[in-house]
Amino acid sequence: MKEYRTYLIVWASLVVLTGLTMGVSYLRLGVGNAIVALAIASAKAALVGLYFMHLRRESALVRAFALAPLLFLALIIFGTLSDTLFRK
Amino acid sequence: MADGISGASGTGRGYLAETGLRSWAFSLDHKRIGVMYLYTTMFFFLVGGLFAELLRLKLMTPGPGFVSDKTYNVFFTLHGALMIFLFIIPAIPSALGNFFIPMMVGAHDVAFPRLNLAGYWIFLAGIVVVIASLVRPMDTGWTFYTPYSAKSGAAVTLLSFGLFLVGMSSILTGLNFIITIHTQRAPGMTWSRMPLFIWGMYATSVIQVLATPVIGMTFILLAAERLFGVGFFDPAKGGDPLLFQHFFWFYSHPVVYVMILPAMGIISEIIPVFSRKPIFGYKAIAYSSMAIALAGFLVWGHHMFVSGMSSVAAVIFSLLTFSVAVPTGVKVFNWIATLYRGSISFESPMLYALMFIFLFIIGGLTGPFLGSLGTNVQLHDTYFVVAHFHYTMMGGTVMGWLAGLHYWFPKMTGRMLSEKLARRAAVLILIGFNVTFFTMFILGYKGMPRRWAEYPVQYQTMHIIATVGSWVLAAGIIVMVWNFTRSLYRGEAAPGNPWGALTLEWQTASPPPVENFEVIPTVTEWPYSFGRKGAGDA
Ligand code: HEM
Ligand SMILES: [Cu+2]
Repeated sequence: MKEYRTYLIVWASLVVLTGLTMGVSYLRLGVGNAIVALAIASAKAALVGLYFMHLRRESALVRAFALAPLLFLALIIFGTLSDTLFRK
Repeated sequence: MADGISGASGTGRGYLAETGLRSWAFSLDHKRIGVMYLYTTMFFFLVGGLFAELLRLKLMTPGPGFVSDKTYNVFFTLHGALMIFLFIIPAIPSALGNFFIPMMVGAHDVAFPRLNLAGYWIFLAGIVVVIASLVRPMDTGWTFYTPYSAKSGAAVTLLSFGLFLVGMSSILTGLNFIITIHTQRAPGMTWSRMPLFIWGMYATSVIQVLATPVIGMTFILLAAERLFGVGFFDPAKGGDPLLFQHFFWFYSHPVVYVMILPAMGIISEIIPVFSRKPIFGYKAIAYSSMAIALAGFLVWGHHMFVSGMSSVAAVIFSLLTFSVAVPTGVKVFNWIATLYRGSISFESPMLYALMFIFLFIIGGLTGPFLGSLGTNVQLHDTYFVVAHFHYTMMGGTVMGWLAGLHYWFPKMTGRMLSEKLARRAAVLILIGFNVTFFTMFILGYKGMPRRWAEYPVQYQTMHIIATVGSWVLAAGIIVMVWNFTRSLYRGEAAPGNPWGALTLEWQTASPPPVENFEVIPTVTEWPYSFGRKGAGDA
């Protein structure tokens, strides 16, 4: 029963965060918009990973493997950007 | 090295006892699945080789030869794509890895036997789709560069889907191996007592799991571009054709380590056994596998120096590229240090292992020419590149694979190979290989571009030499295949441990029983303690 409560709370927070993303999009923050949106999205992803995907209760090794692809995503983006940013 | 091992000798049929198609197709035994992968990949090695011979035949003459230029494009695409995706990537991991990882860690099977079988069937499904896509034969080269691949009349979308499936099988295999190595090791087998083949396969699996999704995604983007005209890569729609190359090589460079790391693992097993010496620098070899795997993710840009990449990025990628040489050098020096003052015996597995070292050094030392910005401009897309990658992929990986096949043949089949035939094949392969591919270094240096169907007449002599070399090479391969086939039926019965090796797979019968070990062994030592009293007496 306690399990379900946690899930419901997490789900509710996800809904709230989604609402927040929508709300913030109406404010004019310039670059800030993207930063806030990405921050909220990361928080949501973290919630899903930690609770729905049970990473919270996994060993450090499993968590490392779950995080590694994010690093690789960052790598691709960084490598590709280093090319486009300096192109003449 | 281990207690609780049954006195092993080769009389029974072991895991091969059951016969019939169903006993193979639905088997959950990692050994049978490994053997099925072995036959499948070996088949595509031979088909790919056939295309290579056709290519070489066509290049004997500078003008239009016996096939049209269009057909020539199809030849080199099929040669490259089959060799890479259906042979060399799965060859060692899926076939030999499946067979030997569980045995070498002292387990009954991989962690997920059903997933393993599913992986094989997904692989086969992928192959069927790939073959179906050949109704309109591929002419894009195995790299599928946009914008051409987005527009080519060939069945690129279908082929992408086929390779997507092949990639999925690769991911599942890698995943299964990582978990097997983590959870199925026999009691007493600590990380520092693991055979080096296992270390190599562990690093390989990590790359498979992390890099393969990128190529899958790239294929999806390419398909979306072709089917729905989404502008990921089309500049007219705001896309960037170089983005494709970034994605493609973010997978395809690390994947050259999926090809080479398992082969290096095999070499690290064979060298100490046939030198009767403990391996030199065990930890350095083990960790360098991981270092190569990680560094391999940072250097993909060296394939795009002249594609119009920014010079800042090019300098960064060039610098990083040289960093991979360090852990690779560590391995080579350690093998040579192991050989030093060993009591070396030159049986066929060792011959192929030494050929690996010799050819791979040539391949490796020609890498810096391509990794340096200045020389890269001269050598890019010439035969120098073709020579370089054949020395590393064929001289390296294929020789490692052959070394492994000769080394483990007795274990897999319960029969010994004919040493005489194996030696003859090795000599033919060594000569043929160098005549074929060393010539290509010279051709490339003189400016012969790759993928040209017709060429200026001044290059013809060299092309003829290379083609004749490819016949010698083919003769060697034929002798070898004959040796395998003949020995499978008529080779003498193999003892459990013909080479006197200390790793666990040798401490059971040949061929192994279905369960690998009657009693799971307890490991008390690392597997390279040759010279200790009583160790390794066959
Ligand atoms: C009998 C042995 C072989 C011969 C004579 C041979 C010959 C050739 C030739 C002439 C080309 C065309 C080069 C060009 O114009 O770009 C080529 C390309 C290629 N080969 Fe081989 N090859 C052999 C074995 C192998 C093996 C064992 C592999 C991999 C394991 C391999 C992988 C490739 C690849 C990836 C390409 C590039 C194809 C492309 O440009 O799309 N080859 N080979
Ligand atoms: Cu590369």
